[in-house]
Amino acid sequence: MVCISQMSLTENLLHPRVGKSEITRQNTMSELNRRNFLLRAGTGFSAAWVTANWPALLFAATHAHNAAKAATPPKFAFFTPEEGAEVEAITARIIPTDDTPGAREAGVVYFIDHGLVTFGVDDQKTYREGLPELRARVSEMFSGASKFSGLTAEQQDAVLHSFDENAPAGRRAFRARPGAQNFFETIRLHTIQGFLIDPEFGGNRDGVGWKLIGREREHRFQSPFGYYDKDYPGWQSAAKEADKT
Amino acid sequence: MRVDQPRYKTSDEVDFVIVGSGAAGGILAKELSTNGFRVVVLEQGPYLTEADFSHNEIEILALDKLTNHPKLQPTTVRKTPDEKAKHQRALVYGRCVGGTSVHFTANFWRFHEIDFVERSKVGPVPGAGLMDWPITYADLEPYYTKVEWEIGVSGQAGASPFDPPRSKPYPMPPLAVKSSGVIFERAARKLGWHPYPAPMAILSQARPGRSACVNCGFCLGFGCEVGAKSSSLATAIRMAEKTGRCEIRPNSYVHRIETDANGRATGAVYFDEKRNVHLQKAKAVVVCANGAETPRLLLLSANKQFPNGLANSSGIVGKYLMFNSGGVVTGQFEHPLNDYKGYAVSRVLHDFYELDPQKVGFCGGGGLDARFDFTPITFAFGGLPPGTPRSGKDFKAALAQDFNRTMEIFCHGTSLPVENNSFSLDPDLKDAWGLPALRLTYKDHPDDLKLGNWMFARAHELFEAAGAQKKWGFPAQEQQFGVHLLGTCRMGNDPKTSVINADHRTHDVMNLFLCDGSSLVTSGRGQPTMTIEALAFRAADRITALAKRGEISA
Repeated sequence: MVCISQMSLTENLLHPRVGKSEITRQNTMSELNRRNFLLRAGTGFSAAWVTANWPALLFAATHAHNAAKAATPPKFAFFTPEEGAEVEAITARIIPTDDTPGAREAGVVYFIDHGLVTFGVDDQKTYREGLPELRARVSEMFSGASKFSGLTAEQQDAVLHSFDENAPAGRRAFRARPGAQNFFETIRLHTIQGFLIDPEFGGNRDGVGWKLIGREREHRFQSPFGYYDKDYPGWQSAAKEADKT
Repeated sequence: MRVDQPRYKTSDEVDFVIVGSGAAGGILAKELSTNGFRVVVLEQGPYLTEADFSHNEIEILALDKLTNHPKLQPTTVRKTPDEKAKHQRALVYGRCVGGTSVHFTANFWRFHEIDFVERSKVGPVPGAGLMDWPITYADLEPYYTKVEWEIGVSGQAGASPFDPPRSKPYPMPPLAVKSSGVIFERAARKLGWHPYPAPMAILSQARPGRSACVNCGFCLGFGCEVGAKSSSLATAIRMAEKTGRCEIRPNSYVHRIETDANGRATGAVYFDEKRNVHLQKAKAVVVCANGAETPRLLLLSANKQFPNGLANSSGIVGKYLMFNSGGVVTGQFEHPLNDYKGYAVSRVLHDFYELDPQKVGFCGGGGLDARFDFTPITFAFGGLPPGTPRSGKDFKAALAQDFNRTMEIFCHGTSLPVENNSFSLDPDLKDAWGLPALRLTYKDHPDDLKLGNWMFARAHELFEAAGAQKKWGFPAQEQQFGVHLLGTCRMGNDPKTSVINADHRTHDVMNLFLCDGSSLVTSGRGQPTMTIEALAFRAADRITALAKRGEISA
């Protein structure tokens, strides 16, 4: 168990939506074709040549690929434009825009929209039922209002917290239907996925999520990696130093 | 490479059919085909290669591209045999050519002498069916060395004073240390402990057709795009294919072993991709399907002659399951570690491998490792300190500040063999092929939990000595989910208390062999794959000798 606590974490938290990943697959097709090309290109040379050049090839190809896909026009496949605006407003409260880009700039709503017609089809129901509930909740909490996206940030947070089962005690827990996925948990999961996924796979536009967390967008890294290993003298020397003290 | 493979007909009686292509199956395929035998490997998953791997967390982790799928193969879970099991995911294993070795962490510790003789040394442990192995560390040592050299393990011989004797150094130096490793090493030394470079089944130097590790940072859970991780896919399977005598047949889901009137195995029955059923005939069957699927296959193969399942005259097939115990402590530091770069684990310590039960009050031992094995998405769900807001600007700020300043210490330890802990067939739930689903029954032995919490306290001490700004953790809890699947068809000399003998031959069926995590008699201290692979090399030698003496088909 210990070995893959993240796997079980993944299991519990990333897993609810399982379905066939047609478009994810299409998305990765260009990726796969690229690699297949590289591999085939390699077979004409010696294995040693491929070994020596493989990382560099990956590195170069990744950059080309990223540059090529920057200009995709955003268009919804699942949401209506109004629904899209509501969902985008929610994602923007989960990871807001401040002095750095947030979910909005990362294009998270397009990642979600795309996911709902591909790998996340099982979650369509949660959105189909959750969005009207959201609208009702907005009207209930703020008379005269009907759109989440029309509320102030503070009002939006109040609405979202009313959906959040894990919010501090005293807030009203909410489930769309018995057995249904919690709307807030689902959209939170999808927002984080869309913000932090490798930009090659349909979210995290321009790598803004990785910029925020400080993850460099490369396929390979060289030591030293961080502050604590940069002056490491090597195992033998470190062991000798330790023996002296 | 695949085009060079022979294509055997299912009606061809090949020398060996091997079920499973993972850590053990891959090595047996390589060794047996190299020794001149005709081999068919039936793998339930697809044949993916480096070109199919990616850093797509959704596809790989959430959609189980490389692993068993909970919708196709659902499982049930309960704590004790008197409970009704609930539908819940019980396990993750690799479901592709190369098996779990494709996505594993690649921690490659050898077992120590104690792991083979613990029962003799500590005496009986109440509530556990602890048993000595029929082989010793010395028997397995040459095969550990073989794994290191043939498969490719990086490490530093002699760096740990607790290491068992070895006949040869590692074939290549340790991988570059990470900041987590340096922090761990310095703090452990302050405490008088003995940290050392982690032995890893990841190349620090290129080999023909395989790159050295490029530190891409998507390691645990992912397939290696440059062949640096020493999976069966990148190593043994390719060597097996080169012999021209081994066919790897993917998308072949074995669900029964056929036997004849003499009680001998005649082949393996499987579904192909279109769910057509075939029988691959063979002179002998070797099952390497993992510690859950191997006992399941034996139980699914019950017939009139073997009413309790094949090779189950002892009644213990599926029992004495061990997961390995443990806990995790996470710490944050002032400066960036950037530990997302590179593989997972760069430093380990084994000062607590062999604890004195009289002093600590429990049986077992363990190791600690320094690691960071989060991806960006899994970090957002599991890497932030408790109490971090779950949305909004403070959540965002935590992501920004913490991702590069975080590391983990994993506690790895013994699980004692308990008879009730098992994989069995669920009486109600079926998989997508209509076969009975796996049912997990598991309740940790009290000593395992005590050990886990004891190790947890050591990990806290280490973070304290390291000057972590924050530290928090999850102590050992009763497990309901496993990835180390050990002990369910254990090896022994007594057919009443074991399923296979020291040659990996089942006591009941003379041409049926089992080799994988199910063969283990004890759980070691948390890292079983190295031992599974050493056993596979040894099993191949034993099986070859039996075959050459005519003692399998007789």
